[in-house]
Amino acid sequence: MSANDVPPPYTAVERHGMFPDVSHDEAARFNFLAGLNRYLSGAIGAGNKLAYDRRVVPAFQTEHSREPADRHEVRRAMNGDNWHRFWSACKRNSMEMRQQNGRSLVLRQLDDLDARARSFNDGANTLQLDSNVAVPRYQAAVDIHCMPGSYHGEERPGDVSAGANYDCGIFATTGGALGALNDGGGQAVAAWAKAQRPDWRPKRILDIGCTVGHNAVPIARAFPDAEVIAIDTAAPSLRYGHARARSLGADNMLFRQMSGEDLSEFADASFDWVQTTMFLHELSMKALPKILAEAARVLKPGGLLFHIEQPEYGPEMPLFEQSMRDWDAYNNNEPFWSAMHALDMKEEMAKAGFPRDRQFTVGVKAVVDEKIFPPSPTGAQEDYGRAAVWNAYGGWKPE
Amino acid sequence: MTEEIDWIARSGAKAKGRRPEYLDSPFEERMLSMMMALIGEVSVLRERLDTVERLLEDGGSISRADIESYAPDLEVGKDRNRIIREYIARVMRGVQQDMEALAELEPPIADVIAEMARAR
Repeated sequence: MSANDVPPPYTAVERHGMFPDVSHDEAARFNFLAGLNRYLSGAIGAGNKLAYDRRVVPAFQTEHSREPADRHEVRRAMNGDNWHRFWSACKRNSMEMRQQNGRSLVLRQLDDLDARARSFNDGANTLQLDSNVAVPRYQAAVDIHCMPGSYHGEERPGDVSAGANYDCGIFATTGGALGALNDGGGQAVAAWAKAQRPDWRPKRILDIGCTVGHNAVPIARAFPDAEVIAIDTAAPSLRYGHARARSLGADNMLFRQMSGEDLSEFADASFDWVQTTMFLHELSMKALPKILAEAARVLKPGGLLFHIEQPEYGPEMPLFEQSMRDWDAYNNNEPFWSAMHALDMKEEMAKAGFPRDRQFTVGVKAVVDEKIFPPSPTGAQEDYGRAAVWNAYGGWKPE
Repeated sequence: MTEEIDWIARSGAKAKGRRPEYLDSPFEERMLSMMMALIGEVSVLRERLDTVERLLEDGGSISRADIESYAPDLEVGKDRNRIIREYIARVMRGVQQDMEALAELEPPIADVIAEMARAR
């Protein structure tokens, strides 16, 4: 890493039609936070491994006459190490600071943002909200990402604050690695599908757990003849996401408030492509099997199932890395992250009705304008859980 | 500006979910939170000064609107983020040097002094 390896300026983020107006100092705060996150994971992130090798493991061996047996023993032992405790305290604060900065930027101009959203949303039949959709327990238990109100909170009825805050602050935690529209994941998915089957023309695409639709819009733009139905349980995120998509000209999208656990409004075999992007880890052990089963059910024979996630904790992943990847579960309110990544996703998908021999796993890397937005650091510099490098668990449904 | 909501108060709302304990006391936790917020604000001030300097170099006379709408090109933006990186490295020096100390288990300085005092 050279001294010039720094994130792009926040002002390089694209200002779509729903993007808040950003003051000089608000941009400067995000520049600071992007630099701080990069510093904590990159410049001094290696201190965690040093503490583990030099202090934590030897102390554990002295006490137990063996090495730690699983990631939970590693985590508990690391939480007793002074260096790791201070590092974690700094990182937790950086997450909280990101939320406060995003919220103050959004809330000070919420009147204007809500008015802009209404101008895109009012009377549009491409936004379908349903107040009967309850906030699921996996969303209500704690505020995901330490994001006050999570995806569904409202400062007043009908607002877009949750979606706007989520969208404007992704830059701070990823250092721009997801690109100008935070859509490097969705762009990667679209590029992968085009490369795999250049002549494929999906007609109907379902994105489950779309939040603000940032990863569904690139799919809609890449397949303009398709209808993309993006669903989520959180109305404030959908209001914002729909307006955002309209402002970007993605007119072939329908945003619906609906739980992925119950897709009974959709017939069997009614979609050519069912997609989730960094969604499954925000569920629960109760909800995941239902959503996987519904995804498999509504998919047409010959259709594509594609779940983007962080890599699972297989037996070949060192316990220390598993423990560091679990940091967000225990310190950034991601309560299903740990259990989900310990699952064998192929097995889960098979149990949900998608035959194992038709599944594949593929590595996917964010597609961004690399002249401006740097790829995320990996290896020793990796910000575990935030690197824009994923595993896709997918398959083509048997004809 | 938003009228009906005290957006300053609401911006700092607590996220649902009990906060983990990292340090030895709640006082240390909150001193660190305050210090990190201050560290961030000094960075913001420094960046604002940099903007003023660059605008003055370009134009001679500037307004606050010029500052608010200033958007550096990529090269200048990265120069400014390099300054932030250097600044963070400066304020985080103690933590970073503790990390380096982890790599090498060093004897107390008194042991080194005693060694130097030994004739053989």
